[in-house]
Amino acid sequence: MARRVRPGRSGTALVIALGTLAAACAAPGSNSPQPQATGTSPASTAPACGSAPVTMSGYFETGFPLPKALTTEFTKQHPNVTWNVREDQFAIITQNAPRVLADNPPDLMRLPQVSELVKDDLLKNLDGYATAFGWDKWPASQLEQLRLGPGGRPRGEGSLYALGLNMSMTGLFYNKKLATQIGMSAPPTTLAELDQALEKAKQAGITPILQFNGGATGGLAFPLQNLMASYGPAAPINDWIFQKPGATIDTPANLQATQHLEKWIKAGYFQKDVNAVDYATMMSRFIDGQGLFMFNGDWESGNLDKQMAGNVGFTLMPPAQQGGKRAAMSAPLTFGIAANAKNADCAAFFLNWVATDKRAREIGVEIGGSRPMGPADAYMPEVGSDKVTASTLAAGADIAKDDGAMDFIANATGAIYAKSWTPNLQKLVAGQQTPQGLLKAVQADYAGQLEGN
Amino acid sequence: MSRSAHRRPATTRLRGARGLVGWLFVLPALGFYAVFVLRPITLTFQYSLYDWNGIGPSTWVGPANYGKVFTDPDLFDSLVNAFQLIVFFSAVPVVLGLASAATIRRIAASRLALVARTVLFLPQVIPLVAAGIAWSWLLASTGVVNQLLTLVGLGGVTRAWLGDFATALPAVGMIGAWVLLGLCTLLLLAGMSKIDPALYEAARLDGAGPWREFVSITVPSLRQEIAVCVTVTVIAALASFDIIYIATQGGPGNTTMVPGLQIYYLAFSEREVGTASALAMVLMVLVIACALPIQWFAKDGNK
Repeated sequence: MARRVRPGRSGTALVIALGTLAAACAAPGSNSPQPQATGTSPASTAPACGSAPVTMSGYFETGFPLPKALTTEFTKQHPNVTWNVREDQFAIITQNAPRVLADNPPDLMRLPQVSELVKDDLLKNLDGYATAFGWDKWPASQLEQLRLGPGGRPRGEGSLYALGLNMSMTGLFYNKKLATQIGMSAPPTTLAELDQALEKAKQAGITPILQFNGGATGGLAFPLQNLMASYGPAAPINDWIFQKPGATIDTPANLQATQHLEKWIKAGYFQKDVNAVDYATMMSRFIDGQGLFMFNGDWESGNLDKQMAGNVGFTLMPPAQQGGKRAAMSAPLTFGIAANAKNADCAAFFLNWVATDKRAREIGVEIGGSRPMGPADAYMPEVGSDKVTASTLAAGADIAKDDGAMDFIANATGAIYAKSWTPNLQKLVAGQQTPQGLLKAVQADYAGQLEGN
Repeated sequence: MSRSAHRRPATTRLRGARGLVGWLFVLPALGFYAVFVLRPITLTFQYSLYDWNGIGPSTWVGPANYGKVFTDPDLFDSLVNAFQLIVFFSAVPVVLGLASAATIRRIAASRLALVARTVLFLPQVIPLVAAGIAWSWLLASTGVVNQLLTLVGLGGVTRAWLGDFATALPAVGMIGAWVLLGLCTLLLLAGMSKIDPALYEAARLDGAGPWREFVSITVPSLRQEIAVCVTVTVIAALASFDIIYIATQGGPGNTTMVPGLQIYYLAFSEREVGTASALAMVLMVLVIACALPIQWFAKDGNK
């Protein structure tokens, strides 16, 4: 009986070699689902939902009551259209977007970041609908952030791939009682005045700014971008967000802004545990009156008007110089139509309805808290002057005048927020990163992520 | 002569049939194993050789993704963090498990032992997500931990434990230790109940005290159980995901980033399926490299 020879290293090496060879035979992705051919020529008649029963599939964002309110009203006006809606948090939608659009394309989808989706042909080109519905005649700045070049870059020009339910507005919310307590009778009009208000609050034992910077979402990107807008023009920031060739976040103006943020951190103007606070905690503390200021957006206006009736104010980030131009993060609540959507025409009709229907626009303001997109002369409902919603709507007009609408620096690429801004901002808080180092690190990650696409 | 001829074919046929039947019995399990374990592993290895975003076409890059695992600080540091977590997920529960099992064993007759076993095992039946959420609340700025510290005059030490660069990883580690302590305690307690009492009596006759009994009889007798505990807890540390995802999401500043979470971010947030797969393969190899020596250690004791 011959003794069995045990396979040695040569056997192992052979297995590895064969495995590698087999791995090279069929490249992954070669059989990915391809979008059906989609024409971009204008429709012969205006697209609509027809009269036969239609079930629209939607993928919306948790915590935003506006889309649901709009779809409910839409069904009231068009009873043949019903909705099958799935909701997830923004971070989950960001992660799921490509796979959902490829495998189970919804008719209407909340879009986190559009460039990479366009690159993989996952979104329907809306140029035909823009012509059919007259979206081209809206103020150009409304659609600028939703236009993308071939392959998804750069943004800000090219074909239309998404539409917004409204244009959000960001800035500073403040607690009126606490403001009175420190002698702040009117919102600050310059950065220096804001600094004074923060210092007075600190002296009075009031938390000057409540912000979130915990987990994978560094909310200090909000005050940072506002400071960037105070120190420099908005256009270069948008260029970076839009992935324009040669754009960089590491500029002298942005360095000053980051240094200013660091000054605020070291002065103790943010709550001590900012690195451990998430968005929901920030909101509950602000509503409880635990802080003077909060950098946030008008999607919370309706909520704050309800929870802090008469006690909450809103102001844009003041410029560095008196009377200087103002800019703010102001972006569409972006929704797209999947390239392979079953009811694309109806989805486009719905998006047009949101922008033009009187009742829809009322819902947009009352529940969404923001100015709906649409024609410049479109109907705008009255809002009581005592509501913070009135302030955020007025701010929209100011920003439009100064041409200061910016997208969020957190949306420059799909991963820049969680993987670059957040850890570096957290390190800045902990004293482990310098303003210069922060901008260089983010720019390096940005370049790497663009190269990887 | 005819009897001999008749017998031989029957034996041959029976032996062959028995072998075939055995394979048939195991075939369903093998099928599941192949489909749900071997195939994913093979596909992961294939993906690790490509640059792919999970949707569009891919590009062959060979071993470049593996190079990135060891040269990219974010990726390599996640492996380092996982090894640090071994201290909390493995060493702490095993040592404390031995101590608590020995203590419970000593008071085995009383009702307190039953209560202790139940309380210690509760974390094992709670989903890891629930454990992560509960501890996030306890460790928050206004959580119970800080309230207790303030109560005993240590208010100056209080902080947001999961948001502090120095304390986030140990805090997450303590959550893991808490979860795994019950498993180790019960496993070791079961092992202790199998030890022959005569050994203790003999040792006692020779003048051995409780500590000597523990070191000379209890621990050596629990070789198998300790090996199982260490294996399970080391794998839990290296493959950790749920607790970290819920409590810190890898923050602050990547100080609690672990390979499991990094793989998740790479695949679904950064859409780098190739790099994610390479890190997954490296993690698998590391888990095997850590688990095998423990198995040899346990087997060696059988001689």
